[in-house]
Amino acid sequence: MKKYTESHEWIEVAEGIATVGISEHAQEQLGDIVYVDLPEEGNELSKGDTLCSIESVKSANDVYTPVSGEVVEINSSLEDTPETINESAEGEGWICKIKLSDESEVDGLMSLEEYKKIVESEG
Amino acid sequence: MADLKRTPLYDEHVRCGGKLVDFHGWELPVQYSDGIIKEAKAVREYMGIFDVSHMGEIFLRGRDALKAAEYLVTNNVSKLKYGEICYTPMCYEDGGIVDDLLVYKKTSEEILMVVNASNVEKDFNWIKQNTESFDVEVLNKSDQYAQLAVQGPSVEKRLQEYSGVRLDQIPFYSFKEGRFNGIDCLISRTGYTGEDGFEFYTTTEAVIPLWRKFIEIGTKPAGLGARDLLRFEPCYMLYGNEITKDTTPLEAGLKWTVDFTMDFIGKDAIQQQEEKGLERRLKAFEVIEKGGIPRTGNKIFNGDQEIGFVTTGNKSTTLNKIVALGYVPSKGYKLGKEVEIEIRENKRLKAKVVKKPFYVGSVNPDKHSNK
Repeated sequence: MKKYTESHEWIEVAEGIATVGISEHAQEQLGDIVYVDLPEEGNELSKGDTLCSIESVKSANDVYTPVSGEVVEINSSLEDTPETINESAEGEGWICKIKLSDESEVDGLMSLEEYKKIVESEG
Repeated sequence: MADLKRTPLYDEHVRCGGKLVDFHGWELPVQYSDGIIKEAKAVREYMGIFDVSHMGEIFLRGRDALKAAEYLVTNNVSKLKYGEICYTPMCYEDGGIVDDLLVYKKTSEEILMVVNASNVEKDFNWIKQNTESFDVEVLNKSDQYAQLAVQGPSVEKRLQEYSGVRLDQIPFYSFKEGRFNGIDCLISRTGYTGEDGFEFYTTTEAVIPLWRKFIEIGTKPAGLGARDLLRFEPCYMLYGNEITKDTTPLEAGLKWTVDFTMDFIGKDAIQQQEEKGLERRLKAFEVIEKGGIPRTGNKIFNGDQEIGFVTTGNKSTTLNKIVALGYVPSKGYKLGKEVEIEIRENKRLKAKVVKKPFYVGSVNPDKHSNK
């Protein structure tokens, strides 16, 4: 089951590995994405660190890691087709996979319903 | 969004799925539902429409209208025939730029100046202040005019059947008054996208059926995002980015719009700069290393030395290249010279000086000009 952050990332955990991306709402707000500066495999990150930068025609936007751990895989197809995030932000447009160093961090994230409320309150 | 001004087409933008933002106090669509890339592509390949009703229309009326215009702007308005238009900067005494605008020569006693929305008040005051000794009335009619820009390689052919005026007889940078689809308009062969196109000036009421007609015949609505990208690719200036009160027309590469045979505000300062030689100049860059996109204000480096800054940077979706415009010293930065652009702290990307413009579209001054 997916979990969300206030800064509009999502994660989905399976066997201690979290797949990370940006939410459907976030991609809609960004508009056409033209560049993704992907993280590097092997990067050790703490929760809240900048994970990567996503550039739309309009602006550059930082993506923050919702959990601590090591980047074990990146979605390198985004290098050539960053628009995949626009087409499928919460599916094929995932950004990377992180090996969790503290699984309890996941509990602090929001469910889809809680996240939807945040999005609505932002108007 | 409280207190923002709306153009008469606000409801049409909402209907077309416009994403509205605050643009210098105007509530305008940055894009519609299909997004900036598709909107820009429609303009490059077929036909797109922009609501530019927020632009300012300032009229000079009276016996000295022409003289006043000549004194205000750097380009040579006296060379224009009636029905012709020129693009020009308007400068301060020190050569800095008040605004860039279009001057329409209507009659010997009526000149229309079309200025940037963000500068209407400033320009109006500046023009009034500096024409006191002329026999001329300065009128800000911005609220009474709506304006549409229809741009793309297909416009002339596609629009002719609705026009009471022969569109092929309006040369580039000229205008005619007449009817379009039964609506009284001033139709000018101008635009700011690099493509062929027309701009339609009409009343705030008539613009609504006019917009709907364009949409009905398949013109794609395009927002501010596409407009910025489309003006950037052919390296057209944006006031606030490439040109400001701190840049001169020469530094920005607008020497072709400065006629030293005329007397105009800022002439002495600009001429002095020309004689002394420029210290910096607006150059075009292509990023040749992956890692991101330069943005306005990013610093430009040569080795460890900071040498300038980016005025606009983006991915050119037409050319599929990451490119930027920026000011660097005028000496030592010839074509092919490598520099680095700092896109964020501790991240610099290699870029090289390339030719301006990045892109040449269907606008063809020679084909359409009557000069």
